[in-house]
Amino acid sequence: MILGIETSCDETAAALVTNDGRVLANVVSSQAKLHARYGGVVPEVASRHHLELLLPAVRQAFDDSGTRLDQVERVAVTQGPGLVGALLIGVSAAKALAWARRLPLVPVNHLHGHVASLYLEPDPVEPPFLCLLASGGHTLLLDVRDRRTLEVLGTTLDDAAGEAFDKGARLLGLGYPGGVEIDRLASDGDPEAFSFPVARVPGLDFSFSGLKTALLYTVRDLGPEETEGLRADLAASYQHAIVRALVERAEAAAQATGAERIAVVGGVASNSELRRSFSNAVFAPPALCTDNAAMIASAARFIEPIPYPQYLALDAFA
Amino acid sequence: MELRSSSAEETEAFGARIAGGLIPGDVVTVSGDLGSGKTTFVRGACRALGVEGPVTSPTFTIGHRYSGVVPVAHLDLYRFAGVSSAEWGDLEPYFTDAVCFVEWPEAGVDVLPRARLAVTLSHVDVVSRHIEVREC
Repeated sequence: MILGIETSCDETAAALVTNDGRVLANVVSSQAKLHARYGGVVPEVASRHHLELLLPAVRQAFDDSGTRLDQVERVAVTQGPGLVGALLIGVSAAKALAWARRLPLVPVNHLHGHVASLYLEPDPVEPPFLCLLASGGHTLLLDVRDRRTLEVLGTTLDDAAGEAFDKGARLLGLGYPGGVEIDRLASDGDPEAFSFPVARVPGLDFSFSGLKTALLYTVRDLGPEETEGLRADLAASYQHAIVRALVERAEAAAQATGAERIAVVGGVASNSELRRSFSNAVFAPPALCTDNAAMIASAARFIEPIPYPQYLALDAFA
Repeated sequence: MELRSSSAEETEAFGARIAGGLIPGDVVTVSGDLGSGKTTFVRGACRALGVEGPVTSPTFTIGHRYSGVVPVAHLDLYRFAGVSSAEWGDLEPYFTDAVCFVEWPEAGVDVLPRARLAVTLSHVDVVSRHIEVREC
């Protein structure tokens, strides 16, 4: 059994996963409730919250699964990328737990973790596949040949897709989380009502910042009253532009690599239009789309662990 | 210094122009509304400092580090309501021995180290931006 710990950004998460990929517990102490207070601005983004929430999350993972610390065989932790101070809380806790139990430690790359959410039971996805990872902080196309490795084929050159949703929601005066709000509103709107161009960048990269600016100027030109009346159409058209860019690039990447399957992970994978728009794609289960520790424990199954006690000097990376 | 940029490429070029004299320890604040070109400006500055990989918006990730001819840090306080002492503890390491660009610096006015340059971008029309660079 593997204990996974994730503290790279906003979520404090702990999970227990068996060596064959069954999730026994998956605890996420989300701060999203707090975020709602002020249009997406977090009241406090600090490692201190991870420090307060992490051990209770670990304890809850044991309680939820009816397991004990002495059943853990390996400890897995997100080493990066992320906010260094936040990562260090997880890394320090993981080191301490592993050291105290004389266990090996597995440092995990957060992005590999997202991909490894696909390797969990009950419906594990077998590589090779083309992976679209789309979240608030990242938008990547990955060539996944086996469970141990991945190669970056393309990335956003400016804003991430999830960020484009969030800032678009802000421009439309919607609440947080913006992606959910736009998705909800878009179902009542006409995706062809407005034409929002998505920049065509070379290769397999993405660019979403021009799209955000296009929405901004459309809203400005319409004025507050007309914007209010057309919000569903604006949301639908804006969402359509983001989704089209993601789908087109992912399908182009799959064609370039000869991948027969596309897999979608990350928070944006929950978007309903994205789910409808791919003709042939698998999606990570919603609970595993946003940041969580089960995916970190899952990735650790395919990474060489650092034996006790050689990890004491392990550092996080930004 | 005040300039008008009529494209994202020009905004990047202005960013590159101001980067020349920057040394580790320097802080550059980059203010402006959504879509005014802050990340674009920082990208240009980063290119001039020898950063080769993608320079993307840190809104959700909060902080990025890049290596160029000098270490470069890229922060974004968009999601901050203010910066508490606990939060400053998280941000402070990014300022050590790096040229540091801070987007949406307003939430951090009370705690950020004194900036060497304050850049403000504003919308003129769909493609044009007014860029003001002030020495602090």
